[in-house]
Amino acid sequence: MADATGMSFNLTESQKAVQELARKFAEEEMRPHVLKYDESQEFPHDIVKKAADLGFMGMTWPEELGGAGLSEMEAIVIIEEIAKVDPSIALTVASHNSLCTGHIMKFANDEQKKRYVPDLASGRTLGAWGLTEPGSGSDSGGMKTIAVRDGKDWILNGSKTFITQGSVGGTYVIMAMTDRSKGKGSISAFILEKGMKGFTIGKKENKLGMRCSDTATLIFDNVRVPGENLIGEVGQGFKQALTVLDGGRIGIAALSVGIAQGALDASVKYAKERHQFGKALAEFQGIQWKLADMATEINAARLLTQRAAWMATNGMDYTLAVSQAKLFASEAAVRATNEAVQVHGGYGFIKEFPVEKLYRDVKLMTIGEGTSEVQKMVIARQLLAS
Amino acid sequence: MKIVVCVNHVPDTETKIKIGADSKSIDKTGVNFMLSPYDELAVEEGLRLKEKFGGDVTVLSLGGDAHKETLRKALAMGVEKATLLKDEAVRDSFGIAKGLAEELKTMSPDIILFGKQSIDFDDAQVGTMVAELLGISSVSVVVKLTIDNGKVICEREIEGGHETVETSLPCVIQAQRGLNEPRYPSLKGIMSAKTKPIQEKPAAAGELRVESIALRKPEAKAAGRIVGTDKSAVPELVRLLHEEAKVI
Ligand SMILES: Cc1cc2nc3c(=O)[nH]c(=O)nc-3n(C[C@H](O)[C@H](O)[C@H](O)COP(=O)(O)OP(=O)(O)OC[C@H]3O[C@@H](n4cnc5c(N)ncnc54)[C@H](O)[C@@H]3O)c2cc1C
Repeated sequence: MADATGMSFNLTESQKAVQELARKFAEEEMRPHVLKYDESQEFPHDIVKKAADLGFMGMTWPEELGGAGLSEMEAIVIIEEIAKVDPSIALTVASHNSLCTGHIMKFANDEQKKRYVPDLASGRTLGAWGLTEPGSGSDSGGMKTIAVRDGKDWILNGSKTFITQGSVGGTYVIMAMTDRSKGKGSISAFILEKGMKGFTIGKKENKLGMRCSDTATLIFDNVRVPGENLIGEVGQGFKQALTVLDGGRIGIAALSVGIAQGALDASVKYAKERHQFGKALAEFQGIQWKLADMATEINAARLLTQRAAWMATNGMDYTLAVSQAKLFASEAAVRATNEAVQVHGGYGFIKEFPVEKLYRDVKLMTIGEGTSEVQKMVIARQLLAS
Repeated sequence: MKIVVCVNHVPDTETKIKIGADSKSIDKTGVNFMLSPYDELAVEEGLRLKEKFGGDVTVLSLGGDAHKETLRKALAMGVEKATLLKDEAVRDSFGIAKGLAEELKTMSPDIILFGKQSIDFDDAQVGTMVAELLGISSVSVVVKLTIDNGKVICEREIEGGHETVETSLPCVIQAQRGLNEPRYPSLKGIMSAKTKPIQEKPAAAGELRVESIALRKPEAKAAGRIVGTDKSAVPELVRLLHEEAKVI
């Protein structure tokens, strides 16, 4: 079976193999610690280190640069499996792979790649990617951070907010304007390293969900960045960022599918065990319909996600496909976790049951890497362009 | 050290087994197969021996084409070489042992590792038979293995305790849970396993000595019975536990 893009619907042997590995890893190494990290909001360095040893921090990057050489088709399977158990760790893995490293892999020169990617892909260094600012989110082109040339170097001033791996990162890709009068056409991307003079980490956020994923503010106060750390040409940064986000959205879609599947699995189990009115919940049609809707939407979301990953793997233009996948999967996942809590009743509101956390974690999916409204803007723009 | 690990391709432990139309084999449609868990311990032990003593590890499996998936799993864990002794037909334990032993004779390994049993038919015979056919010693249900100057010390699990035995190389070791914690294959391991070659040869003929004639699923568990709700029910409960359930 194949659709118009040539995609096959069966998992390949390598997809099955990485799925088995990720599932085992998530159950054995992550599951026992989910609540602890959710409560403490501590970054799970030990788990991330183990994930890195298996190659999860450089999934799709070439082996010569320390990556595992997978395609997006395998990467989405891994993210889904991890997300089922702990979405915040899936967010760490997905963002680390696709944003900072993704930007360097897609647009940096060979020298820059050799310098930064081996440490990132092996997980020795964590990567962060800064586009959002306190005053510019959806309108990311409206940023204030500015880079001014000084001889061969650049001097950066400004700040970034809500940056994943912001405080635990070692390598940062930061978007900054080089000429305010030219607006977003002057945005350029720079590689920064932790410890550069004037580069400080501000507030670490206290969050609703995704609590052990690290989210922090970055502050640039006359940070001197060497000229060789500019990625590509001056003025290409915004376009680069949009392409990087296309890649990132594959991960967010896969994460959404994983969260929704985790919520469904827990609900099916619970509905069979819990009895009311002398029957298992699973015997009530009202509950069955919830489960049926969840399962159907999850399958649709997974297919859209696989399709976007397939198109990316095969060099097709996937901007439209991935916006649709991210939009649908994230909204479906919000619906699924909502129903999952409902199926659990009061127990779904209690931390001992996994759906309580999934319900909180999922909300980032319709916000991060472009809100649902922004996805609709992207989709409509493509529809109306022709 | 020349290390060979014999592995079997078995239905996933979570499979709901359905009996096939011939009523003597299982229906394989939709069944996921896996590297038999005890064999996974054997692969891990093989890799640890290599890491300690040098040499190489080969995995060997007798069966149909589908067994390649399991061989590749061992390759993904870090094994270098794999051989498939091909035979799509069903064999009994002796037939499998015969096929493996013929190949092992040509390999002359220092140590041959098996799982204590494969979790499909649970016969727990093949390892011991292979040792017998090769004329070497065999230790079963091993939970600890120490090799020192050709001296092999094994701890075996026995009812209520452990037994320590000594033998010498070459020998057959059959792994029991507790021997080690198998490593995860890495993503790189999984990807490189796709390109490592699997040597294929026809399995040496075996004769069928035991033939499976019927498979039957266990009776569905009967619902629990409530004997009574107060202490007057105790004598009857004790009687039932003693006479029917035979647990006291
Ligand atoms: C946990 C977390 C991690 C994050 N990680 C990163 C990161 O690593 N790097 C990074 O750069 N950013 C990151 N972000 C930022 C994230 O991408 C932004 O929060 C997101 O893009 C939305 O921007 P905003 O929060 O400023 O909301 P706003 O843009 O202010 O939007 C508010 C609301 O208005 C809607 N809206 C805005 N414009 C329009 C419009 N034109 N039409 C209709 N509706 C509109 C939005 O959809 C939304 O509903 C992260 C955020 C969070 C919460």
